[in-house]
Amino acid sequence: MEMIPYTVEAREDTGMNNAKLGIWLFLASEVMLFGGLFSAYVFLRLGAPAWPEGGSILSVPIATFNTLILIGSSVTMVFSWTALKENDFGKYRLYLGVTILLALLFLAVKSFEYSEKFSHHLYPSSSTFMAIYFTLTGLHALHILGGIIVNGYFWGPGSKMWTSDPERFTNRIEIAGLYWHFVDLVWIFLFPVLYLL
Amino acid sequence: MTESNNHHELVFWRKYIFSQDHKMIGLQYGITALSFMLFGFSLMLVMRWQLAYPETPVPLIGWLLGDDGILLPEVYNSLGAMHGTIMVFLGIVPLAVGAAGNYIVPLQIGAPDMAFPKLNMASYWAYFIGGVIMIVSFFVPGGAANSGWTSYPPLSVIATTGQTLWLFGMIALITSSLLGAINFIVTIVQLRAPGLTWMRLPFFVWTQLITAFLLLLAFPPLEAAGVLQLMDRLAATSFFMPSGLVVSGQILEASGGGSPILWQHLFWFLAHPEVYVLILPAMGIVAEVIANNTRKPLWGLKPMIYSTIFLGFMSFTVWAHHMYMTGMGTTISAFFQTTTMIISIPSVVILSALFISLWGGSIRFNTPMLFALGFLPMFGIGGLTGLPLGLAAADIHLHDTYYVIGHFHYVVAPGTIFALFAGIYYWFPKVTGRRMNETLGKIHFWGSIIAINGIFFPMFIQGLAGVSRRMWDGGAGYAHAQDVLWGNEVMSIAAGMLMLFQIPFVINIIRSIKHGEKVDDNPWQATTLEWTTPSPPPHGNFAALPTVYRGPYEYSVPGRDKDFWPQSDPEEGA
Repeated sequence: MEMIPYTVEAREDTGMNNAKLGIWLFLASEVMLFGGLFSAYVFLRLGAPAWPEGGSILSVPIATFNTLILIGSSVTMVFSWTALKENDFGKYRLYLGVTILLALLFLAVKSFEYSEKFSHHLYPSSSTFMAIYFTLTGLHALHILGGIIVNGYFWGPGSKMWTSDPERFTNRIEIAGLYWHFVDLVWIFLFPVLYLL
Repeated sequence: MTESNNHHELVFWRKYIFSQDHKMIGLQYGITALSFMLFGFSLMLVMRWQLAYPETPVPLIGWLLGDDGILLPEVYNSLGAMHGTIMVFLGIVPLAVGAAGNYIVPLQIGAPDMAFPKLNMASYWAYFIGGVIMIVSFFVPGGAANSGWTSYPPLSVIATTGQTLWLFGMIALITSSLLGAINFIVTIVQLRAPGLTWMRLPFFVWTQLITAFLLLLAFPPLEAAGVLQLMDRLAATSFFMPSGLVVSGQILEASGGGSPILWQHLFWFLAHPEVYVLILPAMGIVAEVIANNTRKPLWGLKPMIYSTIFLGFMSFTVWAHHMYMTGMGTTISAFFQTTTMIISIPSVVILSALFISLWGGSIRFNTPMLFALGFLPMFGIGGLTGLPLGLAAADIHLHDTYYVIGHFHYVVAPGTIFALFAGIYYWFPKVTGRRMNETLGKIHFWGSIIAINGIFFPMFIQGLAGVSRRMWDGGAGYAHAQDVLWGNEVMSIAAGMLMLFQIPFVINIIRSIKHGEKVDDNPWQATTLEWTTPSPPPHGNFAALPTVYRGPYEYSVPGRDKDFWPQSDPEEGA
């Protein structure tokens, strides 16, 4: 059996294991993805004769509530990782479970927001502002969904690795956490850009 | 196939279909990509028939095109768009990165496999799905995408269903190259053998590393653009649709307020680095072959490496030189004109270093070397003819003419594709343990280089006369084209010849797998790590992980009996 080196332990000269370098590179590409979309937003807004104030169409209180939910989920994500570091598997599952529930709550609030807009006949096709709002938040929601699937796997079937290879499993949770914080960070940018500016 | 005693044989579908071994995945990429290139080339032959003999029935496959066998303008547009898409995204990049990179990089850095074998498999299958979607798009109402490979809106937003499939196909391909790029970078950074420092890394690995960074960072904005165009097409948004757009005499029903130029910015932010994705691995292959067959170290390896890195950075700052005609203003044009002139410097450094590397060498003129030598002047012509296009004033005349087509085809066809041929002939003995036939290889080379110049050189003449690249009749109905119309038939006959001269190559590959001359593990007396393991390498590549003691091109070191000194040879200096 061939052994691929540095799957668990860090390489001395880079200070990272393979997966950690991999997730940072993935996040770099995600920065470029959302960077491209934010640039498109700036480009379209600069070229527009008029641009609505986000708060006059969208609900700032709901979005503030959602922001707090996401920040909270990032905190519980860190707790679940430190629980593994402290060898406390039960606590890990509890906190990761809370993270997943908060993410689901975020999506529920988001879909309530969407349906509010639809009921007022506001669709992506209504205006450039609505188009960019639905596209950016929709793509972000897909990222949340992806995070829920990954975390759900590590909460359920994927957690078997805790018994066979605890160090590697802990690394996996750290990496899932990095992704989760990134998705959180994207929202921190989306919130002021779409709702407040 | 070699036996491996220490683990059980994998069942057929795990070994050949859903393989996680980088060598098998590399071969999958290679076979798929070569098939797509043949397909993309065939599309072009149909177009070339129409250009040389407008509105006459296309021979052999005319029955596919309708009752009278004549290529209709809308089908011509589809073939043009799909030729570009297939050649770039399904042919050359998968062959240069997916196949050559996948197979050779882990071997050259002394790694047992790629860092993430499952991701590697996923990357191939995402590419495969993207290819299937592109093929399927030929059969939907209205045919495949027909708005050019650049898919400029508003045309692409109001185009037929094929464009939607093109966008979904592109998203699959982007996903594939994203997974591949992450895998390559992690592999090269993390899995280098002990002693393989950055400056001991073969130039080919360097070019693959920079290419992976370009793919990683340049593709996501195109993905963003693709998502926005999908929204425009499917959710009736107006990201790229201006207000009051008139289509067929009627104002289009759309909220408006979008900008077609936004697409061009996002598209070229990818597509310019993409040019370097096409050319860098080719330069890497040529450097390996030249060092090996001149039996000398590369001249200026370090400047070549630094130039490659600089090229990678600069390639993100030149995209709007494709957009001088959009009216973005002279200040912005001046900026992009300056960066474009700057980025030509590292390319010239690399090409000059390769030329000077030939100086005083006792050159072995085998088939890989012929293709590598062919690359140098061909890429030179391609690069130099690009300079007038990079200058805004000259570009006004040349924009969207055949001159542009001639320019970039010299870069990617006799440039990159010749380098890829060099790579195939060079590494074939590593993959199969047998050498390809030299006579057939030489027929392939000489026939191809004559034919390919017959295709692309007349394009410069037509382009300078002002013939637009998009005309269905090849300029027959265009006053300024009348004096240069002779070029159409020349180019089309040359294209047919080029296809004929690929036959010896196909025969050679198939025949040599079983009947090629058997060779030892290092038939070219090369220095890099891939030649220290059996041909074909076993699963896991190396019996024991190699240690590296010296640079990649220690050829003809004075005072040694042999004229090559493998990187992993522990022997002290003479």
